[in-house]
Amino acid sequence: MPGADSTPRHINDFVIKIGTVNGTGSASANTLLMKALFRMGIPVTGKNLFPSNIQGLPTWYEIRASREGFNARTGRVDVMVAMNAQTYQQDLAEVSSRGYLLYDSSWPRDRQLAREDVHLIGIPLADMVNRHFTPARVRILMKNIAYVGALCALMDIDTDVVRELIEETFAAKKKLIEPNMQAIALGHDYAKEHFDCPLPVRAEAMNGTDNHILIDGNQAAALGCLYAGATVGAWYPITPSTSLMDAFESLCKRYRTDPDTGEKRYCVVQAEDELAAAGMVVGASWAGARAFTPTSGPGISLMSEFIGFAYYTEIPAVFFDVQRVGPSTGMPTRTQQCDLLSAAFCSHGDTRHPVLLPADPRECFELSVTAFDLADRLQTPVFVLSDLDIGMNDWMIPKLSWDDDYRPDRGKVLSAAELEKLDAFHRFDDVDGDGIPYRTLPGSHRKGAYFVRGSGHNRLGGYTENADEYQEVVDRLLRKWETACGAVPTAVRTDSGHHTEIGIIAYGSSHGAVVEALDRLAASGIHANYLRLRAFPFGDEVQAFLDEHATVFVVEQNRDGQMHSLLKLETRTDADKLVSILHYSGLPIPSDAVSERIRKHIRKEAVA
Amino acid sequence: MSFITKPKVQWSGQRRNPLGLTIRDYEGGMSTLCAGCGHDSVTAALVQAFWELAIKPEQVIKMSGIGCSSKTPAYFLNGAHGFNSVHGRMPSVATGALAAHRDLIAVGISGDGDSLSIGMGQFAHAVRRNINLLYIIENNGVYGLTKGQFSASADPGSKSKAGIENQQQAIDPVAAAISLGGSFAARSFSGDKEQLVPLIKAGLAHPGCAVLDVISPCVTFNDHEGSTKSYAWTRENHESVTTADLVEPADAIETSYREGSEVPVRLHDDSVIRFRKLEADYDPGDRAHALEYLERHRAEGKVVTGLLYLDSDQPEFHQLSGTALEPLRDFDYERLNPGAEALEELQNRMR
Repeated sequence: MPGADSTPRHINDFVIKIGTVNGTGSASANTLLMKALFRMGIPVTGKNLFPSNIQGLPTWYEIRASREGFNARTGRVDVMVAMNAQTYQQDLAEVSSRGYLLYDSSWPRDRQLAREDVHLIGIPLADMVNRHFTPARVRILMKNIAYVGALCALMDIDTDVVRELIEETFAAKKKLIEPNMQAIALGHDYAKEHFDCPLPVRAEAMNGTDNHILIDGNQAAALGCLYAGATVGAWYPITPSTSLMDAFESLCKRYRTDPDTGEKRYCVVQAEDELAAAGMVVGASWAGARAFTPTSGPGISLMSEFIGFAYYTEIPAVFFDVQRVGPSTGMPTRTQQCDLLSAAFCSHGDTRHPVLLPADPRECFELSVTAFDLADRLQTPVFVLSDLDIGMNDWMIPKLSWDDDYRPDRGKVLSAAELEKLDAFHRFDDVDGDGIPYRTLPGSHRKGAYFVRGSGHNRLGGYTENADEYQEVVDRLLRKWETACGAVPTAVRTDSGHHTEIGIIAYGSSHGAVVEALDRLAASGIHANYLRLRAFPFGDEVQAFLDEHATVFVVEQNRDGQMHSLLKLETRTDADKLVSILHYSGLPIPSDAVSERIRKHIRKEAVA
Repeated sequence: MSFITKPKVQWSGQRRNPLGLTIRDYEGGMSTLCAGCGHDSVTAALVQAFWELAIKPEQVIKMSGIGCSSKTPAYFLNGAHGFNSVHGRMPSVATGALAAHRDLIAVGISGDGDSLSIGMGQFAHAVRRNINLLYIIENNGVYGLTKGQFSASADPGSKSKAGIENQQQAIDPVAAAISLGGSFAARSFSGDKEQLVPLIKAGLAHPGCAVLDVISPCVTFNDHEGSTKSYAWTRENHESVTTADLVEPADAIETSYREGSEVPVRLHDDSVIRFRKLEADYDPGDRAHALEYLERHRAEGKVVTGLLYLDSDQPEFHQLSGTALEPLRDFDYERLNPGAEALEELQNRMR
């Protein structure tokens, strides 16, 4: 099915999609292309749509350039680079009307593989690189670089910027610079000679990326853990969270290794499974370190026993869930927001946990720090719910900054000196009336000794099967939850500036699509106010927003409308006013899916 | 679990250790296990070992999983932090705690159900990582709290209280620990305090994961005729290959002993326990030999006890990891923060 109609005359407003074969080294070519646009000052986002495979299956990379700074997917493909014969037909079908398809013309193409409303651009990439390069592996890599070269000519991408990037990339392997530049030139010169360059859809230098960086959410979250002062990380490898711990470890190697002795001021343990990873985090946090684990949905299922344990025994711990498509193994390399409910109420018994909802890598950084502070302050497990789209894709965000005056909020921890002065210490006594008791660390003072148990315990920390004593503790945990309501990050509200009865609620990686949809809707006279949730439990601002609007669209990326359910459950709202807008294909939600469905709903309501 | 406070009576003339503490200072709450339970004897041996070693209770962490054995950390060392975790997961919590604070003296109390069934994976990986933990398995071949099912350490042919014969093979934690690359493996019997106390001390002193399997009969569900984990059977069939008959103080002059006749284990204060070999041909430094010896005696229906395998040179978890000597949790934030400038500089490469 062809995509939406393209308006290819736009400058700095286009989508390039590249179809290749997994394992052929196209990632570096695609990054090169995206970074070149970024350095030309054009806002860009890159989305890797990849298979759960190491080599051989089809893979795509989508680059969106948007001078207005929109970063969601759209229904459009303006320029398709079809490098994979296996998917040629599908790739051709996806090109927007009046769009372009670049293909390798080294071999004749079937006439069937054409569309009248799509411009075909044949470039003999394989022929050219085979004449210039050996061995085979180099040829495969250079073919990718050559299509970047062709796009430079076709779309007016600055080759000086491309050279600069290549020189930086291969600063340590200088002899690779020239072959890469030759490949760029091969593609560039051929396109220049045979086609009317530049095409109407093209790049033009602007200054929309000053003070911005390109970063993925896992890297940003790892930076957050580093700056929050986390010292212990335990994990079991799982897509799409693996790169978070990889990044944390390499940051620690750089910044937490004693230059003289080589001693590490961190400890990363690759556990035997997610159960053990959760146990290690709980143990380390109990012993006084800031500890965390990155995982994804299947890992959370395995960790749930420990998460309930940590809730009941009031041990701080930070869990990153980089969500992927479920249920079960699902689609490990595709994105969804499908773990919200399983995180919020993770584990058996009456349990509930603060869940933070970053919308982009910047918030992955900031909310990671918040998560550690909240976990320590509330003495409870805290989730950071990211997803594959945020975690593994490159996003353009304002530069991160750090305040060196920051000090971790370690919450109510009694020091040895404080314990010395106490007559007696009782672990679960609500001294301050906020539901948060004082804790002590092992190895500090004999008076602080207490016995952690997941079994029934009383206010003093002793074992109990007494009804009143049991209830006193779990009721206090609810008081603590009320404290949490006022402590988590508040939702961000954006008003339309017009009188409107329509509200939109979204969170996490659905944000970009909503921002663009709001803009499109406003252009056609539909105005809506927007509330972006950043955490569960909900603060008062969420109730107020629900109260103020007659219709509230809840946009999210799962089948069952999990946030919709959570709002019904945890607020006093009229369930009839909530309308779900759901997208759960595994690909990041496109902005037109949001705007079209809102339009359709409003039309239907008007008719009714 | 303990909810009865144990009365603590002090009188003048009580023996005190170098810290000035009496043995009562190392006790815990009142046991709620069945009268005659082997586990209570292990608890008593732990109290004695910690007292004799003059370890500050607050330096100790007592870790456990779920089961009768896992209740016992409430019954010793009131002055130490205790952690009764979830079933079969004690090793991971201990690993985390030790990752955060490498100087804590960790003792993990588990059982055959907790470590050899639900927790077999974590047992194996604690051994493999060589975390600095005394890992005691109070082994009675039976699930007590759920009333008498066979555990994975029940011997084939052993009969349950209901008269059912176990058909499946038994997992021997000592043989398992040795074959998993463990650095310390020992076995004892709850009814043999003389052997048990020095083994506990040696396990605490060992820099790495010290697996100590203690046959600890269940008086309620597995102490009958036909059981191979009963008091009577174990008394009859346990054979010690080593005995700890010498504890040299730190300042003792190293006397020379006949090469190969003793296994020395150095304690925290540099004193040394010497385990003398009772079986002349037993070599606790030889993995293949130890396994072969265990297997040969198992086939004969014998329970081999003593210090069965020791490799004190094997690097402990933190040595392998290259972690700072100072406990990680003691690093103040100033020494962990890379600083705003570093973040700025790092981001120059993200353009």
